Amino acid sequence: MALIFGFVVLVVLVGVAIGYLIGGGPTASVIALVIAAVMAFTSYWKSDSIALKVSRAVPADPTTYQRLHNLVEGLCIAGGLPKPQVYVINDPAPNAFATGRNPQHAAIAVTTGLLEKMNRVELEGVIAHELSHIRNYDILVSTIAVTLVGAIAIMTDLAIRMMWWNGGRTSCEGDRNNGSNPLALFGFLLLILAPFIAKAMQAAVSRKRESLADVSACQMTRYPPGLISALEKLRADTTATHSASMATAHMWIEQPLSGVSDGGKLGFFHRMFNTHPPLDERIALLKEL
Amino acid sequence: MTFIILAVIALVVVFVILSYNALIRRRNQVDNAWSQVDVQLKRRLDLIPNLVETVKGYAAHERATLEAVINARNAAMAAGPGPVAQGQADNALTGALRQLFALSEAYPDLKANQNFLALQEELTSTESRVAYARQFYNDSVLEYHNKLDTFPTLFIAKMGNFPHREFFEAEDAARTAPSVKF
Repeated sequence: MALIFGFVVLVVLVGVAIGYLIGGGPTASVIALVIAAVMAFTSYWKSDSIALKVSRAVPADPTTYQRLHNLVEGLCIAGGLPKPQVYVINDPAPNAFATGRNPQHAAIAVTTGLLEKMNRVELEGVIAHELSHIRNYDILVSTIAVTLVGAIAIMTDLAIRMMWWNGGRTSCEGDRNNGSNPLALFGFLLLILAPFIAKAMQAAVSRKRESLADVSACQMTRYPPGLISALEKLRADTTATHSASMATAHMWIEQPLSGVSDGGKLGFFHRMFNTHPPLDERIALLKEL
Repeated sequence: MTFIILAVIALVVVFVILSYNALIRRRNQVDNAWSQVDVQLKRRLDLIPNLVETVKGYAAHERATLEAVINARNAAMAAGPGPVAQGQADNALTGALRQLFALSEAYPDLKANQNFLALQEELTSTESRVAYARQFYNDSVLEYHNKLDTFPTLFIAKMGNFPHREFFEAEDAARTAPSVKF
């Protein structure tokens, strides 16, 4: 929550900076926020169908995937959740994701790779992690984060364009004779950096929620070794998930794109923009439970 | 001045209403969770006749084990209400089923039978479900008791019918690990 608050503060700061630099007060910020909110909440409302179509998921047949359905039902009883729709993705890399705006409209998807490589308790751990995302309303949280990022992106874009057209002149009252205002420079810098800072904050929110989902999953199964063992297997596996894209990267249980995996040392910027905490950290956290 | 007093009274009333409703919701969840345990136990009982028939097809002369399972099932269906009686019948049935699955190790044809495998999977997952249902029941009781016993709400609880519920506890026999003899 502190992160979201910080995020909002950033948005406000950017809004103030823009208001100062191009005049016109908070109108620009409000418009940007509204546009971003509409876009984000439309996608949030339809998040389940969009995410599933993008990943080419098919509904899991109850007879073929009897064990999967049984595990999901058992964990839903443990968590007091209604049973979500269950989908399967044909992909050899082990991975899974959950989506849906609330527990009543949720879906989880697993890859065939995951079903082959994990045993029963590990699969149970992974499914518990995904169900915890649903239970903790993480889709809503990340939608709010995306809204704020979008708002900042739109605002800074608008502002920079307007300043460019203005020929660099500000139109604030009392400012006309002041050609070299240092505050304007700072505002400009903030505009350029804001999208990066916003993305970094969104990634930080995502990492926090992932850790929360790990711990919630263990609370659901009361069996941390299951999820620990699954994460260790994921760490050892190096196949890249092909059905993912940058846009959906944050929802999966593990970073799906090759090149941003956490085998060796991560550069500082890689770590900042990672939507998942490194697997070593996650395993260490769970072992302390 | 009177406005402030009215506002305070209104706030207190709202708080009382919200707390009372929260207690009702938690109590209902506890009752629901308890019924869920019964649902899963019943589901397990329903799977057993099918299992016995499948095993009979391959291992008809293992009469003792099969009869033990059938008797345990009948006892469980006839068991009186309440967690203690249910728990005992349930444990007897678990023991008999364990013997049945252990003996299936000696019959490779039975083990390869798709029907048997599907039934085994169903029974395993039903046992899981029973365990999860009990876990959820205990969690619900915990949340209910927390609301019931903590400071401001405990006075509001006296206004209605909010008895304490029992936690489900494992039988002493269930705490010792079972021995599997081949």
